[in-house]
Parts: sequence; structure tokens; C-alpha cells
Amino acid sequence: MSQKVFAPWDDPNEKPLIQFKGVTKRFGDFTAIDDLSLDIYAQEFFALLGPSGCGKTTMMRMLAGFENPTSGTILLSGQDIAPVPPNKRAVNMMFQSYALFPHLSVWDNIAFGLRRGNGSKQEISERVEEMLRLTRLEKFAKRKPHQISGGQRQRVALARSLAKAPKLLLLDEPLGALDAKLRQDTQFELMDIQEKTGTTFVIVTHDQEEAMTVASRVAVMDEGRLIQVATPSVIYEAPESVYVADFIGDVNIIEGSASQSGDKVEISWAEGEMPIRGTTAKTFAPGQPCHFAIRPEKVTITTERPDSANVLQGKVIDIAYLGNLSTYHVKLPNGTMMKAQTANTRRLANRGITWEDDVWLSFTDTAGVLLER
Amino acid sequence: MNLRRFILIGVPYLWLLALFLVPFLIVLKIALSDIALARPPYMPQLDLSAGWEGIRSFFAALDFENFAFLTTDDLYWKAYLSSLEIAVVSTVITLLVGYPMAYGMARAATEWRPTLLMLVILPFWTSFLIRVYAWMGILSGEGVLNQFLIWTGLISEPLTILNTNLAVYIGIVYTYLPFMILPIYAALEKMDDSLLEAAEDLGCSRTKAFWLVTIPLSKSGIIAGCFLVFIPAIGEFVIPSLLGGSGTLMIGKVLWEEFFSNRDWPVASAVAIILLLILIIPIILFQRNEQKQREAGG
Repeated sequence: MSQKVFAPWDDPNEKPLIQFKGVTKRFGDFTAIDDLSLDIYAQEFFALLGPSGCGKTTMMRMLAGFENPTSGTILLSGQDIAPVPPNKRAVNMMFQSYALFPHLSVWDNIAFGLRRGNGSKQEISERVEEMLRLTRLEKFAKRKPHQISGGQRQRVALARSLAKAPKLLLLDEPLGALDAKLRQDTQFELMDIQEKTGTTFVIVTHDQEEAMTVASRVAVMDEGRLIQVATPSVIYEAPESVYVADFIGDVNIIEGSASQSGDKVEISWAEGEMPIRGTTAKTFAPGQPCHFAIRPEKVTITTERPDSANVLQGKVIDIAYLGNLSTYHVKLPNGTMMKAQTANTRRLANRGITWEDDVWLSFTDTAGVLLER
Repeated sequence: MNLRRFILIGVPYLWLLALFLVPFLIVLKIALSDIALARPPYMPQLDLSAGWEGIRSFFAALDFENFAFLTTDDLYWKAYLSSLEIAVVSTVITLLVGYPMAYGMARAATEWRPTLLMLVILPFWTSFLIRVYAWMGILSGEGVLNQFLIWTGLISEPLTILNTNLAVYIGIVYTYLPFMILPIYAALEKMDDSLLEAAEDLGCSRTKAFWLVTIPLSKSGIIAGCFLVFIPAIGEFVIPSLLGGSGTLMIGKVLWEEFFSNRDWPVASAVAIILLLILIIPIILFQRNEQKQREAGG
């Protein structure tokens, strides 16, 4: 292996750029952030993901300096930032509404922050040109914000917040106002720019796909707490709780009781059904209630009974055709609905399974995850 | 062009034609005629029954001597200048008083804004004339203000405020304050708070952000407010005649005296025409500003 994997969070010698230490933030009676501790490392692309009202925006506003924690400390490069006002922090923010100054041209918007520093005219102008090149906005420098498209405005906002070369860039739902196609392109652009500039990005989003695409690590939040902080693949493949499994992507959750032998577990979940066989590194007491989570794409759907660790019979109730994929909603004899997903490698006319068909669902004993809660 | 559109555009034009252009032409005609002991008190009269000959003799008798007369007596240009000065100074004071009020309203909690707006509009429920009379009661020698100041011991002799230019300024600022507050409030209220946060985030102090973001973004409101105060203030008649003294020289008062005391309609009309020309310049500037705003907004 020649290339070193970027994973400073696994290296005990690495110093985090940002540290939340037991941070609590209350607005009146409402607790927005509840005793939260978190380390974010330099050059990370860190995503805060959660439903609206989960406190992700509050965390970002505390980093920017618009809110101060009720208790606990936030350290930036080892220094408490609570007494530093927003205009003195080496942190810049890209606002959800972009907050471009409508009375200034694109050029002047980007130069706005630089002019507050003590750079010479020459330096400012060079930096602005550099930012315009980076975001491919050279042609629009003289336009006013209302004379350019939504995607271009998004890039102006990015250029403006990057112009001062902050240690940390905060992005509040940066792609929320863009349509789906443009959002995808822009996600890759963002990653590209993050890599080029080496700036640490913290992005707030409620779009799990976006978080998975761009981030080096994702923090799933709910009601002011961190539920799980991990790389996108760990969050997806090895969620620690039903909440995370359910929040990220599509999932089938089966409740049952466990009986463990070694790392193999049998989950009895319904009368007259074979127990589900799974694998886990955790220890379950005999009869302990548990949840078995399995992603639809890991469930195979066939018309003939296959030979597999887990085989379930059912009837197709619904088919969601997504073009590249099809999701089958299958009803098991006891009424449980299971989702199975297949890639449409053949054209629709040649597809073997349709509504009301009796089908077999199967998956290996390592395909799913066992969750305690 | 269909009929509906024609009517929609036609009605306001007809309105302007009937109620602005026609009266203006009548006043212009009087300004070009001569004073006479007659009813109405000017010559010549247009005698349409005499036919073409009547119209020709009518136009032959018109001249600009009333306008020439305005230049011979320095009362007139002094009155114009003094009106201009009073209007400019009171517009600036109204702006200085009105801007913080509009700013406070725009930053107040959303549920308070309708109430605050109501309070600004509330004085209009009382007749303008009664409110100006009320100021006489407040500002006079034995008025409420002097009694209060003597009672607190700040002064021993009553201040002379009524019948001075100061009283005129107070009256104009008080009367036209809502016209300043409302457009500025409208501009500030639209402003996105995240713009100020963005300015702060990019290194501005709060004060700097106010000058670099809030003021430029409320510019259209400031300009609209200033014109809405300046234009009526320059021709103001009631306030200077009730609150001002003999030393208060305003063109509105001169106009009134020419019309009603001297019964010199032609000279009065000439005064009115010049006043209108002075006002048309700021009105055109105002229109241009509105136009620019609309283009920028579109």
C-alpha cells in the first residue's frame, strides 16, 4: 500500500482542529444541544446530518460565533473560542440563503471580507481573481447577484467564504436551493474544491445522500445529541441503532428475540417462520429482544426457491420502478412487509417478476446487522 | 391593443389630464394675463363668441411681465430660498429622527410590528389642522411645554418657541415623520438578517456592517422618504402661518397673500408656476430613482 488512508480520527497522536467538550446550549426551556462532545480534525469534510430541529444548525452557529454555548467549551486549535466575536474568528460561513449582498457585484461580494483585512489593493484583486477562477465565475464578475442563476450564486457564496482562506469553513445546507441534477454536480465540485484548498469543511445537511457523498465522516444527530459519528460506509453498513439505520437509506427492520452461539445468532421473529440467521460481534443474552436490520439491496428476490442461509416466501404487493433499480414490496404470510431491491440489468419487457407473483426472498447470514436498540 | 388595456391605461391618464394638466394650463393662462378690477380679477378673458378674432386678440394680450415682476422684488426669491432652506433642513431632521424609529420597528419582534406600524399611522386619525393647533397650545408662552420646564426648574422664564422658525421645524418634522418612517421601514423590513451575519462573519464590526450593508440596502427607502417630506414641505402653508412668526418667510404664505390679500391673481399664478418648476426637478429625480429601483429589482 503506497497511499495512506485519510483517517486522523483513528490516530491517537493526531490533534483535533475543533473540540466540543460537554457543550450544552439552551434557548429558554428548550435544549438545542445536550452535553455534546465531538472532535473534528484538520482537512476533514465533516457532515452534521439530522432532521430539522435536531440542533445541527445551532452547532454551526456556535462555531461561527453567532451563539455561545450555555455550558461547556468549544476549542479551535486548542483555544477556547467563546470570547472571540464572529468577526475575529478564522472561521467563515456559507449561509443557507447565500446572503449575498444584493447591492454589490460578484467581484465586490468576494472582495468584501478581504477588504476588512489589511491586504493591499493588489493582493485583494489577485485573491479575488483566484477565487473567481476556482469557482469558474470569471465571466460573471461584474454582475449583481440577481443577474445570475441559482447555481452561480451558490458558487459566489462559496468563493466569498473561501476568499479569506479560513481554517474552517462552515456550510449551512449549501445545496438546498439547487435542483437535483445541479446538486449532484455541485457535490463533486465541493469535494474537489475542498481537496484543492485543504480547508476543513463542516457541512450541515438534512439530505443523507449528500452527506454520504461529500463527507469523510458523518455525525447523525437527533434532539441535540450525537447518535453516531463514523465514516459514511460504517454508518451505512454498521449502524449502531435502529434510528441511524432507518435515517440513512432504506432498510427492513425485523424485531425478534436472540439466541446466540459464538458469533452466530438465531432470531425468532414470528410464529411458524424459520428463525433468521445472522452474525454479530456483540453479545446477546438468550431471549433478549433485538432488531435485525437489512438493506433492501442485500435481499435477493427470485421465483424459484434458492439455497441460502435465510429464505422467506411472500407475494409481491408493489413495485417501485426507479429506472436503474426496482424496489419490490413483498408481503410475508404473517403480514410483515419486506423490501427487496434489484438492479435492472435487463430491459423492463424481459423482467420476470410482476404484481401478485409468489416470490422467494433470500439473504446470507452476514447481510444484516443486529441492533440492541 | 385591446379595449380593456386601453381603458386601464386611459383612466389614469384622463384623470391626470382633467385634474392636473387642465388646471395647470388655466393657472398658466392667468399668470400670463394682467390684473384688472373685474370678476375674475384679470384680463384678458377668452371670448369664444368672437370667433377666430377673439382667440387672436386673447393671445396677443398675453405676456411674461408677471414673471419679470417676480425678479424686481427680492421678497420672492428670498421666499423661494427660505422655503428651500426650511424644507431641506426639516427633511434632514426628519431623516435623523425617522431612521432610528424605522430601524427599531424593523428589528422589533414580528408580533409587535403591526402595533408599531399602527402607532405611526395613528396621528392621521386626527385632522391635520387640529394637530397643528395642538402644537400652538404646547409651544406657546403659557403652553404645556413651558409650564412643564418651569415646574421642573430647568428654566425660570418661559421660552419663546411659538412664532419662530423653530416652531415651524417642529411642526414640519412632526407632521411629515410618518412619510419618512414608512418607506424606510418597508426597505429595512425586507432585508434578510443573514446579510448582517454574513458581514460580521467576513470581518465587519456591527457598526461597520450597518454602514456597509444596512444603509446601502435602505437607500431606496431613504430617498423615497426624503422626497415625500421635501416636496410638500417646500410649499407648506398651514404650518408656517400657524406656528411661524412674521419673520418666517415661506413661498406658500407669499402665494396665499398674493391671492387673497392683494387679489393679484396673475402674480400669484406666476409664483405658483415657478414653485411648480422648482418642484418638478426633485419629482423627476424621484421618478428616476424609482425606475432604477424597479429595474434593479426585476
